[in-house]
Amino acid sequence: MSAPVLHLDGVTRIHGEGETEVHALRGVSFRAHAGELVAVMGPSGSGKSTLLTLAGGLDQPTRGTVRIEGEDVGALGNAGRARMRRTSVGYVFQAFNLIPALTAAENVALPRELDGEKSRAARRLAMTALEEVGILDLADRYPDAMSGGQQQRVAIARAIVGERRLILADEPTGALDTDTGEEILRLLRARCDAGAAGVLVTHEARHAAWADRVVFLRDGVVVDESGADPVDDLLEPEAAR
Amino acid sequence: MSIRQAMLALLEDGPMYGYQLRVEFEQRTGSTWPLNVGQVYTTLSRLERDGLVEQVVGEGADHASDDAGHVVYRVTEAGRGEVSEWFTTPVPRTQPPRDELAIKLALAVTVRGVDVGTLIQRQRSATMAALQDYTRLKRSGRAATPDQPEDLAWSLVLDALVFDAEAEIRWLDHCEARLRRAAVDGVRRDARSTPDTSASTAPDRSVR
Ligand SMILES: Nc1ncnc2c1ncn2[C@@H]1O[C@H](COP(=O)(O)OP(=O)(O)OP(=O)(O)O)[C@@H](O)[C@H]1O
Ligand SMILES: [Mg+2]
Repeated sequence: MSAPVLHLDGVTRIHGEGETEVHALRGVSFRAHAGELVAVMGPSGSGKSTLLTLAGGLDQPTRGTVRIEGEDVGALGNAGRARMRRTSVGYVFQAFNLIPALTAAENVALPRELDGEKSRAARRLAMTALEEVGILDLADRYPDAMSGGQQQRVAIARAIVGERRLILADEPTGALDTDTGEEILRLLRARCDAGAAGVLVTHEARHAAWADRVVFLRDGVVVDESGADPVDDLLEPEAAR
Repeated sequence: MSIRQAMLALLEDGPMYGYQLRVEFEQRTGSTWPLNVGQVYTTLSRLERDGLVEQVVGEGADHASDDAGHVVYRVTEAGRGEVSEWFTTPVPRTQPPRDELAIKLALAVTVRGVDVGTLIQRQRSATMAALQDYTRLKRSGRAATPDQPEDLAWSLVLDALVFDAEAEIRWLDHCEARLRRAAVDGVRRDARSTPDTSASTAPDRSVR
């Protein structure tokens, strides 16, 4: 099998020190390959968002390494990580993190523009992404004039705009009704079928079931995995435990 | 079981022979509950005995396969009454179907030496794998783009399986959380009593 797009190896993340020390992740190994959608489930506080922020280079592990397409994210430096987030990694936050002063289209186009794309071209890409999430008609609205579900779709459009090779989504269906939630999963699934690697954090088993693999976290440890690739397990038994 | 009513309901749509009934049933339920032809014939003969269906003799049935010697049945007036009663009466929940998993868990938390934590984890993975299968069926195949009423029926049956599996997983999460809380409380209780006389309780063992 080809090298994973995302590879966490023995990753531990400890917040704080001494008495107040919190072990958010303890020696987690995790991979997502091109074309694969992996769901992460677990109780509140089990480390799901921590795993995702580490994968997206938004946070650094206390121990262990995070590699994206073979590159050690820790060794990239801040500028390198920022560039990686603008180009190859799309991130949907648990809170949508839209910029209130920008319209939907401008929010989606921003990462492309920051990366030096001409505004016309960036807007064109943004419109395509907004169309994919079904809210092209809201392109010129500001976030405060949109419903929670609509804002969430803008956030998703921003994460898929352009050619993202890794899409990380933290509860992307939280504010959506059943039908819209399912549409978003269809979209994520299609992106992965087209060759991206995807990681989806969700509380909903029904949504996790769209993934090729479901990883269960508890207290910062991977306790179980369903639909695991048996070949991978043989090669790296600790990753499945 | 509702095979009896299901057969009657199908016959309301027109006379059919046994094998046809089975095919029509599976079209709508996607062979989720496979019927063998023997079951169908047993049911038909009971329905006939009770005067709810009757055999179609000679004319009246326009199926070419009649000539092949199939026995074709049609619903009687009494049968129609039973079908309409079935559709207008809710399925009773007074006697919930026996739930093997609930029974297994009830015993696991009380019988000594069972690792309940592992039991729950294994079950959750297995149920999740089934849920992944149903979801695959939902997004491909005839349930994904239901243009026939039978396809829509099948996709709704799939949804029922999906919601069921989802509920089971949610229940397992709930059990796990409750057992962990009970274990923590148990440890506190044990700490208050004298250490050498306190026996460990089943929920304690569920904590990994
Ligand atoms: N910056 C921080 N400082 C201290 N502790 C933190 C910090 N961020 C996260 N934690 C702790 O790390 C643990 C894991 O948090 P995380 O946000 O990854 O959980 P989660 O699985 O995403 O939960 P939820 O389902 O509620 O979103 C929690 O105990 C949390 O309180
Ligand atoms: Mg979280």
